[in-house]
This record gives sequence, structure tokens and C-alpha cells, in this order.
Amino acid sequence: MLGLLASIFDGVLIGAVYGLAAMGITLIWGVMDVVNLTHGAMIVAGMFAAYLLSGAAGIPIYATLPIVLVGSFLVGVALYWISVHRVIGQPPLMSLLSTFSVNLVLIGLGTAVWGTDLFNVPASLPGFSVGRYTFPGTHLMAAALTAAIAGLLYLFLYRTRIGKAVRAVAGNREAAELVGIPTAQVLALAFGLGVALASVAGMLIATMFPFTVLSGDAYQLKSFVVTVLGGLGNPTGALVAGVALGLLEGITTPFVPVSWTLVIEFVLFVVVMIVLPGGLMQLLQRRRR
Amino acid sequence: MTIVRQPFFWIIAAIVAAFAAAPTIGNNIELRESLILAAVYISLASNINMILGYAGYVNFGSIVFFGLGGYICVWLMSSHAWPLAAALLAGGFSVSAVALVFGFGILRLRGVYFALSTIGVNGAVMAFVANFGPWGGSTGIYLSPALFQPLGGPAKALWVIYYLMIGVMGLSLYLSYFIKRSKFGVGLLAIGQNEDAAAVLGVPTPRYKAIVYSLSAFLPAIVGGLYFFKSAYIQPPDAFDLNLSTETIVVAMLGGQGTVVGPALGAFLYEELRGWLLTSPTFSHFQLVIAGVLLLAIVLFAPGGLMGLIYRLWPPLRKFLE
Amino acid sequence: MKKILLAAALGVFAAMPAFADNTITIGMTVSKTGPLNVDSVSQLRGSELWRDEVNAAGGIKVGNKHYKVRFVEYDDQSVGGRVQQLYTRLILQDKAQFLFGPYSSGLVATAAVISEQYGKIMLIGGGAEGKTYTLGNKYLFQCITRAGEYLSGAIAELKEHNPHAKIAFVYSDDPFSKAVIAAARAHAKEAGFTEVLDESYPPSTTDFTAVINKVISSGADTFFGGGHYADGATLARQLHDQKAGMKWVSILVAPDSEKFKTLGAAADGITVPSQWEPQVKYKADFGPSVEQFTAEYVLKYKDLPDYHAASGYVVGLILQHAIEQAHSIDQEKVTAALNKTDAHTFFGQVKFATDPGHHGLQVAHQMVLAQWQMKDGKLVKQMVWPDAARTASVVYPLP
Repeated sequence: MLGLLASIFDGVLIGAVYGLAAMGITLIWGVMDVVNLTHGAMIVAGMFAAYLLSGAAGIPIYATLPIVLVGSFLVGVALYWISVHRVIGQPPLMSLLSTFSVNLVLIGLGTAVWGTDLFNVPASLPGFSVGRYTFPGTHLMAAALTAAIAGLLYLFLYRTRIGKAVRAVAGNREAAELVGIPTAQVLALAFGLGVALASVAGMLIATMFPFTVLSGDAYQLKSFVVTVLGGLGNPTGALVAGVALGLLEGITTPFVPVSWTLVIEFVLFVVVMIVLPGGLMQLLQRRRR
Repeated sequence: MTIVRQPFFWIIAAIVAAFAAAPTIGNNIELRESLILAAVYISLASNINMILGYAGYVNFGSIVFFGLGGYICVWLMSSHAWPLAAALLAGGFSVSAVALVFGFGILRLRGVYFALSTIGVNGAVMAFVANFGPWGGSTGIYLSPALFQPLGGPAKALWVIYYLMIGVMGLSLYLSYFIKRSKFGVGLLAIGQNEDAAAVLGVPTPRYKAIVYSLSAFLPAIVGGLYFFKSAYIQPPDAFDLNLSTETIVVAMLGGQGTVVGPALGAFLYEELRGWLLTSPTFSHFQLVIAGVLLLAIVLFAPGGLMGLIYRLWPPLRKFLE
Repeated sequence: MKKILLAAALGVFAAMPAFADNTITIGMTVSKTGPLNVDSVSQLRGSELWRDEVNAAGGIKVGNKHYKVRFVEYDDQSVGGRVQQLYTRLILQDKAQFLFGPYSSGLVATAAVISEQYGKIMLIGGGAEGKTYTLGNKYLFQCITRAGEYLSGAIAELKEHNPHAKIAFVYSDDPFSKAVIAAARAHAKEAGFTEVLDESYPPSTTDFTAVINKVISSGADTFFGGGHYADGATLARQLHDQKAGMKWVSILVAPDSEKFKTLGAAADGITVPSQWEPQVKYKADFGPSVEQFTAEYVLKYKDLPDYHAASGYVVGLILQHAIEQAHSIDQEKVTAALNKTDAHTFFGQVKFATDPGHHGLQVAHQMVLAQWQMKDGKLVKQMVWPDAARTASVVYPLP
């Protein structure tokens, strides 16, 4: 019983980080109807940034977070102008492919530079133990930081003028344009934000697990599952869904051979999309009424 | 049969004949090995073009047909001693049937949701097969060289496989062409332009979508069967490799989606480029980068692909080269 | 008509003499990119060291002639899809007379098909799975210990310290790891151990928290498992972070790399089955001694060799020996010489099975067991099994 609870608790911690990663995708999707396939590469970028900053530059690991946040935001804005701006109005296929091609380029460069070696960020914090089970401090810290960032994002979107502009553009781009909002700049900002979320998630993941240039793929896939579960364009939903996914993984692992977890996740993914396109949030909102 | 009088019909035939003749003359095995991969890409690209280029639905997980077809064929041959032809056809039909069933489910989704769901389907199938004992689980199935004997030994078998593969390639091109010129094809194109308008105008959209999804599964399943029979080894990560799926889309886009010859042209060029990149000492580390840059350029500046460019330069070609 | 052409081509093919002026061409694919690149490139370095030494000494002696060695290699991207096309190209275009296999059992299985189809000898330094050799081949030769033997040393040593061990098997769902663990479970049963957990995980898994909780719940005190590089390292780290309380941990592949040191305290005490270590004490009948090989490798690459480099070197050495014994570079004669090989080298003893049901399988080479131990405040890899190779006693239980 304790084992199950431990599993669930840890699942929730890690799920929060999945949620953070997914928030990046869902934000971009919601605002500009673009599926960002560079997501995986940006997660890896965050991982490497954490590694290089804390290693070569000697910056304490958690202090790298603001640096990663700002740096990746700028990169995201640049990516927007390079690969997304031109394809905004066009069929979704185009933006899918343009972001995908940038992903190929980034991962290709990464492999050329770092090979596929394993990298490890030596972060450790005292955790706490219950019985024979230990909850590593790094997991707790990651979840806490995720909550903080999610909170900041909420404040940004709902309590600042720029945030309001972002929501306006997400709602109706033409109308926003008519009202005088510089939509292209707002889109670039939103894209940069989405990318920043991905990279920060990457940095947090790096504090918990070792990684390689190719690690981004698996997290990108999980991000998509979470995004769909949470309802596209809904950052709160993404966080909740991330936790839900982590919880699901925590619950099933003690009972089911680990190799079946993937099957369950994918099937859930497809079924939720068909049956519940608004994701979990749709379900929760319906209940409220 | 006015279609036989169309020049394009004979252009396709010429392409297949060229593929057949080129390595045979002079027994150029190296050329054959290179062309067979090109044939695989061309077949896969042509088939995905029907759902992607005509109906406008992005199937990211199209590789699932290739992989399942490969597994069924290899399993029937190794565990149940079926002959090659029967195993291939069994693979093709069963995968088509499965696709029809799946199709009715996921084709309810639109746009990006559909695209992502196809990734989910591929992932679920791969994870399932990796757990499925009778198909070797994650270890996969190994074929014994003895299975090449009915075809006359390994050297001869490789030629037989090659001819079969280009036959399938030809069929893919013809299928793509016939559909485009049929009422069914017009309906698909209408769906691709504006699905709701098409439905209002009387196109039975759910049925058409399911049919094209199922059709686009048949030949790739056979390609899979041939490919893995030749490799004498099948394993989940190779059978359900999302990268190949993505490359198929890239290639169809590169050549010009919605045309018949576009995907074939794109597939051929891409495969040759990649092959060259792979063995070139300078560039082999950068092949992903170059592929990415190429794709980005096409998407940003020439979304009609190569055929788009060609049509613009020589408009009369539109009539001859579909 | 085609049949005649084909027969003529094959006839010319079979009678083809050595490539121009006294050079032997050896073809191979290397995973220069992709997840396998670290180990594969290490293997290539070992092979290149052999080539350079042979050429410096004048080449391989065949009767009165000396043949220089030339490599042609291509990047297989760690993916099976290109392997067959590349090996075919190596044979037909680059005129390779002998082949070295790729790295990893999966790629080896694909490449082996080409070896049989064209009748070219292929030596394997990087694929331990045994199943490939049961399919009926004549030209494939495995120079490293097969997967089934990987953990027998660990089990033997464990028996001395904890005869009633409760073992958790947690391993990657790939052909190599599955083969190793399947054999290990059987050995463990024979040795009287209790198996309390048997779990395989998808190779792309990056987080093992839930699985480790399962390990803790199972009451295990011993851990066997892992897969390749990334997962093995993560398992080690998380077992430590979650204070799983294991008294003995054996992980495949990952701990053999020098990089494993970076895990710090998490690496201390972890054992790894290895094909070879610089501290082994094998006697060599021919070729370099252990010290000589290690010294030359360090001189050339400024790094200690791992077992992939050693196996890369030994495939060349064994081929050279067979060619010299056969006094010829003809495929059939060299095959016969390889079949008769029973050699003691710096890498250990090398001998191949010759019955059709297992042809080419390695039957003599043994694994060693290494353990990371603290020595003067630094982590060092020591040999702990078998006795003949021992450089330090096992540290038990895990610190």
C-alpha cells in the first residue's frame, strides 16, 4: 500500500514537469494554431544549457533557470521569425513541416557537436523518506518550480496588458489587428514563451535524470499526449493533464509490467481525442454546470 | 479505355521499364540495391499522396501499414511456411481491413488532431507488437536463409524481390493516377479543398475518407512484406520507424503533393541525395541538417514542391505530367 | 539469357583475385551517428590501431607476399535500414574481401544476411546475441563472449557472499539485454537464488522512479539489469537517490565506460560484466600483450581502452592469424583456418563453434566482472572475478 502511495506521489511530482513541457505546446497551439515540432529540440536545448552553465560556467544549478528562461525566449522569438511567420495563414501542414525541419536541423547540429553521449547534471537536494521509500529532493524542487512558473504564467496572461493582448490574438487575430494590437509581434512573443517553457522543463528534467541529444523525442511525444488530454490551447489544462498522466503512470506501474505503460498511454491518447476532443478540462467544466 | 491513350499512362510504364532494365543490363547489383530503396520511397510516397495530397489529411503514422504488413508477411513465412506471394497478399488485405476499421474511428478528427492521432496509432501498435510474444516481442523475427531456397537461392531471390518491388511501385503510381481521374478522386480533392462544402454538395465524406485511408494501406503493407523479407529480420523499432513516415511526407511535399509524378520525383531525388550524403566523408555528419534545411526552404518558398516549380516554368506540361 | 549473364558474373566474381597490388580491403559500417556511436567508434579505434600496427610491420604475411590492410567504412547511423545497402556497396563497389560486423546485435543480424548472400567472411566484435548463429551461416565468426554468458561470473561471485539473494531483474526490452537476462535468470535459479521481480522496460525509458519503487516493494536485495548506455546510467543514479538499499548491483554495458565515474557516489560498488579490462592477466600466443595493447592505445588516443576497443582490435588480429595460417586470402581457405582457430590473445581465448547449428558462435571467451571501488578517494574500476584476473576483492555489500 505504501509502495503504491509512494508511486503515486512521485508520479504527481514528475507529472507536473510533463505538464510544464506541455504548456509550451498548448500555448503556441492555442494562440496561433501551430503545432511546434521543435519542442523536443528545445527541451534538449534546455538540458544542455543547464549542463553547460552549471558545469563549465560554474553557476549553481537552480540559478540557471532564469538564464535558460530568458535565453530560450529569445531563441524562440528568433525561431518564430525564421520558420513560422511566413506560414501562419497557410494550412496547418505547412507549419508542421517548417517546425519539423528546424527540429531536424537543430538535432542534427546537436549530434554533430555532442554525439549521443550521456550527460548528467550532478544536482542533489536532501529529500525525505517515508518508510523504505525516498522522494528525491530534486523531484520535489522541480515540482515546486513548475508550480511557481505556472503561477507566473497565469499572472502574465490574466493580469498584464501584454498577456491580454496575447489572449486577444488567440481569440481572433483579425479583430485584434483591427483594435491596433501588433499581432505579428504578439505572436512572436507567444512563440518565444512557449519555447521558453519547453526549455525550462528541459532544465528541470536535467536536474532529475541523465540525458542525450536524442532525449527530446520521448518528452515531445509525452507532451503531445498531455496537451491533448488537457485540451488544446488550455495551459491550466496542460498542467492538470500532466499531473494526471504522471498519476496514471504511478498507479499502473506497480500492477502492470512497465512495458505496457506506453501502450496504455498511446491508446488513451487516441481514445481521448476521438471521444473527448476538449480533453479532461472539457469533462471537468461540464461537471461544473 | 481512353486512359490508355493518355501519354501519362505510358510515362508511368516507361518509368517502371527503366527501373527494370537499368540494373539488369550489366548485372549491376549496386545500382539495384540503390534503386530498390528508391522504389520503396516512391511507393510509400505515392500512397500517402492519396490521403495527403488529394484529401488533405496528414498521416504522420503511415509507417504503421508498412510495419504491420512486414510483420504479417514475415510471420506467415517463418512460422507457418506460407509462400511469398500468398504471405504478401495476406499482409496487404489484412492491413487494409484493419485500416478500414481504424479509419472510421480516427477519420472523425480533423486537421492537426488527425495527424497527431496517427502518431498515437503508430505508437500504440509498436508498443503492442513489442509486447506480443508470438511475433517475437521486442526481439523481432529472424528469417532463416533457407527461406530463400524456393526462389532459387539468395542471389536470385534478391532479383525476384526487386522486380516485385518495382511492380508494386508501378501499381502505386497507377493507383494514384486512376483515382485522381475518377469520380472518387474528384470527391477526395473536394474534401481536400473544403470538407464541409464537399459534404454539403453531396460527397459522402466519411465513407470516402475511410476508403482512401484503407486503400492507402494496401500497397505499403506489401512493400513492407517485401522489404522485411529481403532484410531477413524484423524488429519493432525498424518496422514502425516514425522517421521513415516523416520522410515519406517530406518527399511527397518535396516533389509536389497532389500530383502523381511529384511524390515519385521527390522520393527518387531525396533517396539519391541521402544516399550520396551518407557515403560522402564531408557531409555524412550533417545529413539531418541538410535534409532539414531543404525541407524548410521548400515549405517557406516553394510549397508546391518541385512539380509546382516545373508547372510554373512549363505550363503545357500540366497536361502530360500529372 | 539472364541466367547465363548471372552465372558468368558469379564466375568472374568467384575467381576475382586480390585487389590490385597486394592490398587487402576490409569493409565495415560504423555507427558514427545515432545512439550507438560512443561504443561503435570505440570499436573502430581498436580496429584502426590494429591496422596501423600491421601496416607499420610491413603488412600481413601470406606465403612470400606481404599485404597491406586498407579499411573502407561507412556510417550506418545506428539504424538497420542502411546496413544491407552499405555492406553490399562495400562488397561490390569497394571490393572488400573481408568484413567486420557493425556494432550491436540488431545491426549484426541484418549485416549477417549480406555475408551469407555474397559468401564473404564477416568477423563480429560487437554483437553478443547468439540467435544469429543458429540460422545456418558459414562465414560469420563471433569473437566476443555471447550474451548468454554475460552474468555467469556475477552470479558465481554473488553466491559466495549471499547464497540466499533475492534478485530483481530489471532490463531493457531489446534483443541483447533480453538474451543476457534470460540466461541469467536460468543460472540464478540453478544457483538457488530467489527471483522476486522480472520486469523489462521500453528502451527509450528515461525515468525509473516507479520501477525502482517496485524493486523496493519486492523486497529484493540484489539488482541485475540495465541495457545500454543511457538507461544503465540512470538506473544506477536513481537506485542511489532513492536509497533502494541493494547489497549487490550488476548493470550491463553502461558502467564499463570511463564516463560512468561522473555519477560519483552512485557508481561506487556497481559491478559490470565486461568482455575485457586493461587489468586482465591473459597470456598472448601472438599479437600484443595486454600491457602492450593498453600502452599503444593510450599513446594513440590519450585514453584508456574499453572492451569495445579491445574487441575491435582482436577481430583484426584473429583475421590476420587465420590468413597467415591459411597462407592465402581465398575465402574458403581462410574460413577453414578460422574454423580451426583456438587462440590465446591479449583479449582472452578465442574459439568458434563449427557445428552447422551454431556455426561461428564464440565458445571459449570468458567475461570478467569489474567493480567500481573507491581507492584513495577516487573511483577506480577493479577486476573482481574470475580469480585468474582479479585485481581487488569484491566490496560487498554495496557501500
